[in-house]
Amino acid sequence: MKNLVSLTMGVLFSIGLSVSGMINPEKVIGFLDLFGIWDYSLAFVMGGAVGVNLVIFPVILKKRPVFSKVFHLPTKEKLDLNLVLGSILFGIGWGLGGVCPGPGIVNLARLDIQSVVFVLSMLIGMFLFSIYKRIKS
Amino acid sequence: MNGSIVMPLFGGVLIGLSSALMMFFLGRITGISGIVFKSLSSLNDRREDWTRAFILGLFLGGLFLKQIYPALFSFQISTSLAKIIIAGLLVGFGTKLGSGCTSGHGVCGLPRLSKRSFVATLTFMFSGIVTVALMRYL
Repeated sequence: MKNLVSLTMGVLFSIGLSVSGMINPEKVIGFLDLFGIWDYSLAFVMGGAVGVNLVIFPVILKKRPVFSKVFHLPTKEKLDLNLVLGSILFGIGWGLGGVCPGPGIVNLARLDIQSVVFVLSMLIGMFLFSIYKRIKS
Repeated sequence: MNGSIVMPLFGGVLIGLSSALMMFFLGRITGISGIVFKSLSSLNDRREDWTRAFILGLFLGGLFLKQIYPALFSFQISTSLAKIIIAGLLVGFGTKLGSGCTSGHGVCGLPRLSKRSFVATLTFMFSGIVTVALMRYL
């Protein structure tokens, strides 16, 4: 049941990304083009999503989740260099390709070489991080 | 380039609802970079099957929409493969190092008033904007 709910929410998330325009790299790059011909429309995607959760999260977090004993929330609270460095690298990649992880997966449905190469490269990037982390510790 | 804001807002609300319901049912943050990574790093752990289910849902949702509303997927991707590879590597490595992406830090972290997510979101927005500016004008 839990997995069926998760699958359904994946579909819903996917529809949200698709109709919003977030899956179109050119549109995303237009949104990040603050100093050019700025296409501000995608700001309303984040605005809409954050707005919903600002209202609903506090209500949900008062009780326990339906299929779990606890909420699995991040435990780290302090700012650190990795957070900032990682976000800088992610932002550069996002600006270069116009694709973040969610739209990357959704765009696999296009069945084109670009979308497959993006996801494979992203997975390799994550794998390289695992190796980096292992070497460091 | 400026289209209507109705569809972005509608899409954003759907994304918000999806992540709110994930929190309600599974008690999980809908952070796609984390879910993607976990879906592959926990292949033998049935308790994490929800990650595979969610990723499958993202893909199936795309396939479904492409059938009933092909115009949504008719855009061209003109980025060169070399650039796509570099972008993908940076997105993969960066989201792991920075503990999240647009969904985990933005959609879920900001409404939780997380300081880390606030800093992360400002940072990747800023570096994305600088990257696009450099690409356009250099």
